[in-house]
Amino acid sequence: MSDRLRTVLGPLDLSAPLLTAAGCGGSGRELAQFFELSKLGAFVTPSVTLRPRAGRPTPRVAEAPSALLTAMGLPGPGIEGFLDRDLPWLAEQDVPVVVSLAGDSAEEFGELAARLRGAPGVAAIEVNVACPNVEDRGRMFSRHPRSAASVVRAARAGAAPGTPVLAKLAPDAADLANVALACVDAGADGLTLINTVEGMAIDTTTLRPTLTGVSGGLSGPAIRPIALRCVYQVHAALPDVPIVGVGGVTSGLDALEFLLAGASAVAVGTTLFHDPGAVPRILRELEEALAARRLGRVADAVGLAHKPAGYVPPLAGIDVPPPAAPAEPELKETLP
Amino acid sequence: MSDSPVQTSATVLTVRGVQDYHAMTLVAPAVAERFRPGQFVALAVGGDHSSRLIRRCFGVYEVKPDYGGTVEVVFADTEPGTAWLAGRRSRDKLDVLGPLGRPFRLPRDPVTCLLVGGGPGGAALFALADTLRRRGCHVHFVLGGTTGRHVFGSRMAQRIGDSATVTTEDGSTGERGTVREILPRVVAETGADVVYACGPTPLLRAVTRVAAEFGLPSQVSVQEFLGRTGACGIGACMTCVLPVQGEDGVTRMVRACADGPVLRGDRVRWGDLGTIPFDALGAPRAAALPDGGAR
Repeated sequence: MSDRLRTVLGPLDLSAPLLTAAGCGGSGRELAQFFELSKLGAFVTPSVTLRPRAGRPTPRVAEAPSALLTAMGLPGPGIEGFLDRDLPWLAEQDVPVVVSLAGDSAEEFGELAARLRGAPGVAAIEVNVACPNVEDRGRMFSRHPRSAASVVRAARAGAAPGTPVLAKLAPDAADLANVALACVDAGADGLTLINTVEGMAIDTTTLRPTLTGVSGGLSGPAIRPIALRCVYQVHAALPDVPIVGVGGVTSGLDALEFLLAGASAVAVGTTLFHDPGAVPRILRELEEALAARRLGRVADAVGLAHKPAGYVPPLAGIDVPPPAAPAEPELKETLP
Repeated sequence: MSDSPVQTSATVLTVRGVQDYHAMTLVAPAVAERFRPGQFVALAVGGDHSSRLIRRCFGVYEVKPDYGGTVEVVFADTEPGTAWLAGRRSRDKLDVLGPLGRPFRLPRDPVTCLLVGGGPGGAALFALADTLRRRGCHVHFVLGGTTGRHVFGSRMAQRIGDSATVTTEDGSTGERGTVREILPRVVAETGADVVYACGPTPLLRAVTRVAAEFGLPSQVSVQEFLGRTGACGIGACMTCVLPVQGEDGVTRMVRACADGPVLRGDRVRWGDLGTIPFDALGAPRAAALPDGGAR
């Protein structure tokens, strides 16, 4: 992978600006059948819970236009099973591992983060702030700045001091920038934006909700504009906070949009279910797209959409080879 | 030869109607050479930039060496994704993942095998029959459906099987009745040593029960359940889970795609499909027991 794709995510130095989204890369073994995980900037694990969880009954997924609607119920082996079986394998894959954590209460987040102390290969922790808060009638922690901050603070306190903590937020908040600020104040080194958007589907044959969870999380290209808006807003409010942009990325140009909106890296989620070999292709497309726009490195693109027209990023210090293709940047049809 | 599945752009060779179903042959040498009976393929539908993101998973009817290697699947057109597939023509390209999942386990010795199929899922039994016969096994078929149009492959079964019994609920083809009703008699007549099945879940449940009554092992493919519940086909999305009891007596929610689609019939908790049994590992109530915490 070329230097053009290196990116810095707060304290993390990543070889590529592409991650898996939590819960979309399986244990890692499933994806490794289709591409080398070391091509990723980092592998983000499914959210790990304190105890094993069977999750919700089927049906857990419904197809929606350019999207999936899922209500999984955070299935997983629990922290013990994860540390015994999944993490040791991931630690051998030559890819930084970001461990996503999910809990019922702030204390659980703290305990989970503490259990990861000294575990091999943990590059960072991602706090799934979109978990239901059992102590608040199942309302998501990320809905409110105070509850969001409480879980981030607990994870920060539990984690080893050198381990970066990312806070992953859902878009369903009255003032997302405020929630983001609260998380940063509570010790988050970066933000992952966004988790799924709440939605539902009704089965017109059974005349009942399609999913056993009734409502579910919408993911995939359908939510990309929402995710992009969230990244843009939060970057405008907190320009120094590194952001991982997530939501319906299927191509290099999609990834570039997120960088331009202010993300320093991008995660690919639902696309992996549809196209498990997408990662090398997206990286290749992104590299070509950066070169075609004479952007020498990822950092030159980050937040560029916020700058006035005609602004040229300062030279990156590495040689920018002239684009091989005609200099005309191939713009997406949907963009003006 | 690698066991690992591949993602490949396959060329459609033919799509033809077979009774109420569609049979599609794809040129996919890398899939064909890795395939073992019971495994499946996951097809992307809608072409590039499709708005339909769930892969359609089908058992493989047959692989052939033609054109470097072809793979044939049989499916019913039940929703817009399968309708799109049925509308493909020769030389169209399809994104294919495969072969996926665990294959049927084969007997070491040349024994007598009973293969039970229902609906288009029964197609997956023919590749198995071929392999069993090459190993010197006797192969008997039982194929069932509501009407004759729903019974796939009865003529092929008669040709390659030592016997083939067809049963329909309306009596339009073969004997009138259900597989459950005629299976004990066929097991006794054929002297089957092992029972294989692929088809709708109620059929698999019935086959498992009859096999247990005769003390026979059953290998069943939950391909149809996978088709209804799955999304990715590769074991990443965790949507196609069903309760299966392990050797240690613990029930776990396992993936129909990556831990199946072929499972030991007696391990599947058929009555609890579509639920999380209270005693399953990580079930809500079981999780609350150790510390009494609310969940």
